[in-house]
Amino acid sequence: MSSLIEKSLTEIHSLLIAGEVTAVEAVKACLDQIEKTEPEIKALLAKDGENALKLAAEMDKLGPDASKPLWGVPVVIKDVLATKGITTTCGSKILENFVPFYDATSVAKLKEAGAIIIAKANMDEFAMGSTTENSAYQTTCNPHDLSRVPGGSSGGSGATIAAGQCFAALGTDTGGSIRLPASFCGCVGVKPTYGRVSRYGMIAYGSSLDQIGPMTRTVEDSARVLNVIAGHDKRDSTSVDCEVPNYIEALAERTDLSGLTIGLPEEYWGEGLSEEVSEACKNAIKKAEELGAKTVPVKLSMTEYAIATYYIIAMAEASSNLSRFDGIRYGHRSKDADELIDLYTKSRTEGFGDEVQRRIIIGTYVLSAGYYDAYYCKAAQIRRLMRNDFEKAFESCDLIAGPACPTTAFPVGELTADPLQMYLMDIFTISLNLVGMPGMSLPVGIGKDTNMPVGLQLMAPAFGETTMLQAANVLEKSLPDFSKPQQI
Amino acid sequence: MVQFETVIGLEVHAQLKTNTKIFCGCSTQFGKEPNENVCEVCSGMPGVLPVLNEKVMEYAAKMGLATNCIINKKSIFARKNYFYPDLPKGYQISQFELPICEHGHLNISYEDKSGEPCKKRIGVTRIHMEEDAGKNIHSVAENASFVDLNRTGVPLIEIVSEPDMRNAEEAVAYLKSLRSILLYLDICDGNLEEGSFRCDVNISVRPFGQEEFGTRAELKNINSFRNVHKAIHYEVARQIDLIEDGEKIIQETRLYDADKGTTHSMRGKADAHDYRYFPDPDLVPLVIADEWLAEWQAAQPELPAERKVRFEEDFKISEDDADFLTAEKDIADYYEAVLDSYNEPKKVANWIKGDFMKELNQSEVGLSECKFKPEMMATLVEMVDKDVISNKIGKDIFNEIFTAGLDPAKFVKDKGLEQNSDSSSLEAAVDKVLADNPNEVEAYKGGKKKLVSFFMGQVMKETKGQANPGIVSKMIQQKLS
Repeated sequence: MSSLIEKSLTEIHSLLIAGEVTAVEAVKACLDQIEKTEPEIKALLAKDGENALKLAAEMDKLGPDASKPLWGVPVVIKDVLATKGITTTCGSKILENFVPFYDATSVAKLKEAGAIIIAKANMDEFAMGSTTENSAYQTTCNPHDLSRVPGGSSGGSGATIAAGQCFAALGTDTGGSIRLPASFCGCVGVKPTYGRVSRYGMIAYGSSLDQIGPMTRTVEDSARVLNVIAGHDKRDSTSVDCEVPNYIEALAERTDLSGLTIGLPEEYWGEGLSEEVSEACKNAIKKAEELGAKTVPVKLSMTEYAIATYYIIAMAEASSNLSRFDGIRYGHRSKDADELIDLYTKSRTEGFGDEVQRRIIIGTYVLSAGYYDAYYCKAAQIRRLMRNDFEKAFESCDLIAGPACPTTAFPVGELTADPLQMYLMDIFTISLNLVGMPGMSLPVGIGKDTNMPVGLQLMAPAFGETTMLQAANVLEKSLPDFSKPQQI
Repeated sequence: MVQFETVIGLEVHAQLKTNTKIFCGCSTQFGKEPNENVCEVCSGMPGVLPVLNEKVMEYAAKMGLATNCIINKKSIFARKNYFYPDLPKGYQISQFELPICEHGHLNISYEDKSGEPCKKRIGVTRIHMEEDAGKNIHSVAENASFVDLNRTGVPLIEIVSEPDMRNAEEAVAYLKSLRSILLYLDICDGNLEEGSFRCDVNISVRPFGQEEFGTRAELKNINSFRNVHKAIHYEVARQIDLIEDGEKIIQETRLYDADKGTTHSMRGKADAHDYRYFPDPDLVPLVIADEWLAEWQAAQPELPAERKVRFEEDFKISEDDADFLTAEKDIADYYEAVLDSYNEPKKVANWIKGDFMKELNQSEVGLSECKFKPEMMATLVEMVDKDVISNKIGKDIFNEIFTAGLDPAKFVKDKGLEQNSDSSSLEAAVDKVLADNPNEVEAYKGGKKKLVSFFMGQVMKETKGQANPGIVSKMIQQKLS
């Protein structure tokens, strides 16, 4: 393994700016690692190595630009984000050869900051799944144990980080899709506050829940990426127009956890939680207390309704969001349709996988006349109650902590036949999307039974990313390094 | 026999005259090559998001203010879901619960079938904002269908009335009034044929005295006020026939066929459709600040109803004339511009209502392109009024000077058309006419006094219409007495 790819983003960036490593060397190191690991991991879809090398060479010619926080850094983008000139499939056959002529805002901002896109990351089709097994192209394997899933839906992004193929990846999180794979792959994954990062160019799943965030090997790396992608975008009406703090500078302002109160919701630490996850997370909480944090019990009594509420809202929105994939203007069009209705039905039946079709059908059902009030309206009401629940909890604490997922990564195929059990994997992550607040998964240990990474989830009030990242940074530095790239 | 009452409610879609589309920066210009005014947003590419053009909200609110609506401080965009090739996202962004304007009304005046002037208040249920769809084009020659997305995302307001109208006259008066207000506000060009002003007619019948409504049909595809009239008459008769035959009216959408003057059922698309409306998560609720509303209110132009009252009071013209002159903003503007040059309101009004409108309607160009400027009109009216030319000459030359935009004074002078009031030359003409028509002179003397107009006509012929009719008439009567 090249020593370069063991560096964190922050380290490689320093070397690049100092001229000790060229952009071409950084890109080559990643491409070599991809060549070596990708046959096993299958984390990536479209690869853009040639263009990446070309761009890196041009950048090297001009010399390092210290004003660019990601100058020369190779990155991978989840395939749900539109990348100009690079095939963007969203993990679906229906967009098999789709090449956007525009960049997602978050992608454009990364480029503007000097990042070099080397590939697109595999994902569950349309971000619907918790394991990446719903990708229409390939199942990504967990670099920590190839027989296990990397989590999902940003499983390609998590695996590419854990395999040392790049220094940062963008993921998206609608119900836990950044935090779950971060937890399973042993990397840092941040879901920002809803509205913190522009969704423009992200192929929508659940528009009121979707948020883009970084997946990296360290907290500081995530802070660096978030600094770049956060902020108001006039092309996204739901992006919030408020000042973006400098998250990196903020990290230096805190060296311990004194004065911080961490809430521990009883609903997250009880039934259904595997013993190894519980133990690793409890150890991390103990460490936080040693570092000066105070812990208090809090109540999130609406947690039991989270999954039902989430699936009504997300599927309702998805059923409408996915209507544009109709075979008329772009994407897969059935070759044997005789009339219009036939064209729609066949194109969509052929183009969408089972899980996507399941969610479209459920979403269509909950919005239909006579059911709308009973499902969608009720779910929207519960969503408001959940927000009250969280706001109340945050009156007595600065952050809330719990496990990111009830278990560590499980074997490929274990839950594919049981969608309900699969949906339960999101139990700890889903509430935050419904209330729009930020959360992250931090690797805090290795499960004693499965020998797989365990992620601790930290949650903060809306736009409280600074405190959350500060605490995670302090905790990370006092724990062993769990996020070194894996030997494959 | 049972007498039936007609119940009509109208839905009007008005295309707003914004420069750019409702949710993206594409031009709204009409007549471009197919798919020229299209970007990733209005073509529904993956991942794109809508951003509201604030002009649309302003225009919608202005229409609401002009129709006495309550402007909701908070309104919500919703998705109306259905599949059609001209709808790229698979849903139309519209408003459902909480539209921008509600609970308004409009006062209309019209003449009923017997010509009696009537007045009525029609309720405006709501006005909401939405995006237009594109156009499907089917080519028989190529055996293929095409989609043009230029119109996709052009802003519309839908104005929904209460079912307050009881006959075609009321319906047309309401539509004309709405259109007039849109033109006064300068937010829609009101063109029925090109589809910038579209109306759907909801229509049902019920026995007089019955309180609940009958089953309604919705008529679409009506592209002129005359056809609104015809379509309503046809549909009322159809529904009454069905009921009298003991059959049931089906709630459905029917298309008007202008060639046949009939309506027929439109199967498929719109019927039995569940649009699954829900709030659009991509657009935050629209909140209208008090100061914006105050600003728009202050900037409201004079509307037709106010202008009509002013015309009656300031110009002392009849209510009918005022009604006619103010119905269209550009006509009213023209009228006032003529008065600026020659302040004879009644006489100018007569010319505008008569020859001017006749020529304008025939010329098929709008008033804005009309070459006959208000000062020219003023000169003409003044020349007739002051006997420089006869009324007849004025009418005779009108087509030519109107079409070419000629100065009437110069035209009359060049052609030597001034009225002849010179008694010696007129006397010669009168004498000639009397000498040429001895039988008629005999008859006149025998008591057929009506023949004076015959002699007048002959003298006019003799003088090429330039004789001063007052002088000639007196002269004839003197000579024959």
